[in-house]
Amino acid sequence: MLIDAAFQGLSWNLAHDVRELFAFHFMVNALLAGTAVAVMGGAVGWFMVLRRQAFAGHTLAMIAFPGAAGATLAGLPIAFGYFGACAAGALALAGVSGRHSRESAATGTVQAFALGLGFLFVGLYHGLLNGLQALLFGTFLGIDDGQVRTIVAVVVVALAALAVGARPLLFASVDADVARAAGVPVRLLSFSFLLLLGLAVAATSQITGALLVFALLVTPAATAHRLTSRPLVGLGLSVAIALVVTWLGLALAFFSVYPVGFYVTSLAFAPYVVARSLRR
Amino acid sequence: MSEAIRLEDAAAARGRHVIWEHVSLTVEQGEFVAVLGSNGAGKSTFLDVVLGLLPLHHGSARILGRAPGDANAEIGYLPQRHNFDASARIRGVDVVRLGLDGARWGVPLPGRPARARKERLREVIALVGAESYAERPIGALSGGEQQRLLIAQALVRRPRLLLLDEPLDSLDLTNQAGVAALVQRICRDEGVAVLLVAHDVNPILGYLDRVVYFAGGTAVAGTPAEVITSETLSRLYGAPVEVLRTGDGRLVVVGVPEPPFVHGSRHAH
Ligand SMILES: Nc1ncnc2c1ncn2[C@@H]1O[C@H](COP(=O)(O)OP(=O)(O)OP(=O)(O)O)[C@@H](O)[C@H]1O
Ligand SMILES: [Mg+2]
Repeated sequence: MLIDAAFQGLSWNLAHDVRELFAFHFMVNALLAGTAVAVMGGAVGWFMVLRRQAFAGHTLAMIAFPGAAGATLAGLPIAFGYFGACAAGALALAGVSGRHSRESAATGTVQAFALGLGFLFVGLYHGLLNGLQALLFGTFLGIDDGQVRTIVAVVVVALAALAVGARPLLFASVDADVARAAGVPVRLLSFSFLLLLGLAVAATSQITGALLVFALLVTPAATAHRLTSRPLVGLGLSVAIALVVTWLGLALAFFSVYPVGFYVTSLAFAPYVVARSLRR
Repeated sequence: MSEAIRLEDAAAARGRHVIWEHVSLTVEQGEFVAVLGSNGAGKSTFLDVVLGLLPLHHGSARILGRAPGDANAEIGYLPQRHNFDASARIRGVDVVRLGLDGARWGVPLPGRPARARKERLREVIALVGAESYAERPIGALSGGEQQRLLIAQALVRRPRLLLLDEPLDSLDLTNQAGVAALVQRICRDEGVAVLLVAHDVNPILGYLDRVVYFAGGTAVAGTPAEVITSETLSRLYGAPVEVLRTGDGRLVVVGVPEPPFVHGSRHAH
């Protein structure tokens, strides 16, 4: 049967299968990193959807790809490549967008350039050919201890910053003019948020791959926005969906022959479709 | 200290372009003031000056006894705007709440302050009569309903000065009258000074203490009877302008020259 072929590792005994999941060090790493990434992606994604900056998020994901490929080529830690490229990308986006936060033509130009650069690095480093698929579509195999530490540290710092700035950021996102008059530093916040988005993209890319970042960054958030208009409930829901999707996705990928990115995207897509059909 | 606003020989400029100059006026605490003038005359610019968002090019300004910008915590502001679009999925009550603590950093803690906050939100939403729709997403509300919630947002911190930039714009006549009466009630009951920017003075004419009229690169202030006259407006525009009173007491201004003016240098053809 197709199912049996796809899930060769599964014994269909839940307790046994869960124990199996945690038996491997690489899998514990993937679950740790995935949990951190899901919390951050769900929270930052909720603000990104509210601010309509999905295109900027997508562009940052395209920048993550040459970052990772470049780091591999230069023999640097891959997490360094992801975070470095996305932080630099956020600075560049803040630069090109200037006062208008939705300057899509300039953003698109940066995106195309980044993608081209990524393929150049992959071309230069022949041995990476195998890794190309992982860079684009995700993996849970190669997440080493250092990478987990970096991801968790970045996520903790980023979430703390988000918690401190959440209310002014919400104000600036909903009503920039009034927020500015009330003394909220709107431009500083919009810049800081881009940076935060860059970090979230960089962290998420390491699990889902650069092309499928949106599975954790947009889909859970968009689902939450459809289901509730209460900010706190929406944020919580977005994080919860991202978490469930990540855990299930990693578990399914572990027992089957298909890549983790596929499961995470499909699992995230399902509640979105349900939410859409519930409310129109 | 009872003066809400004092401008002395003030001039405002955007870049090198002087929008208006030689403006001197005072607004007393608790007054209802209309800010009138054609498109581009500098009404919104005036509010920017009051908020300290645009430094004066010349002259001096005191807002609630302080320098512009220093008293913003005591100012409620509703900018000139288009409505929230239909996809804005955040409740009306959340938008009102932003006016209360949206500028605060850090995580709000539960407890007494949280309960007081809830109570104040309920109170101000009742004040503008928005109880029945405050829990709905703001994008799904009508223009008039959104406007009432935004006025509630501007009021929620009990400001001493309320700046409303064209709050009656895009409302039907019934809603214009309703919102105008609401603002008058707030002004009277809470002793708040109100600056209300309007294109049509008639919905608020009966409530006004004073008028600030921007035209011809400057502004004059006074009671409606002093300012909205053929003589004053003709002098201000530098062209013959007539003020007519209709049978039902409405004022109609006719003959206003087309903008843009080269201020002060425009004469009758
Ligand atoms: N940010 C800006 N930069 C440069 N010029 C500006 C800016 N904002 C307004 N202006 C110019 O300043 C002048 C006054 O604008 P303002 O918005 O104050 O007019 P207004 O009286 O509020 O007009 P309206 O009735 O159309 O709202 C206009 O000529 C406008 O083009
Ligand atoms: Mg204006």
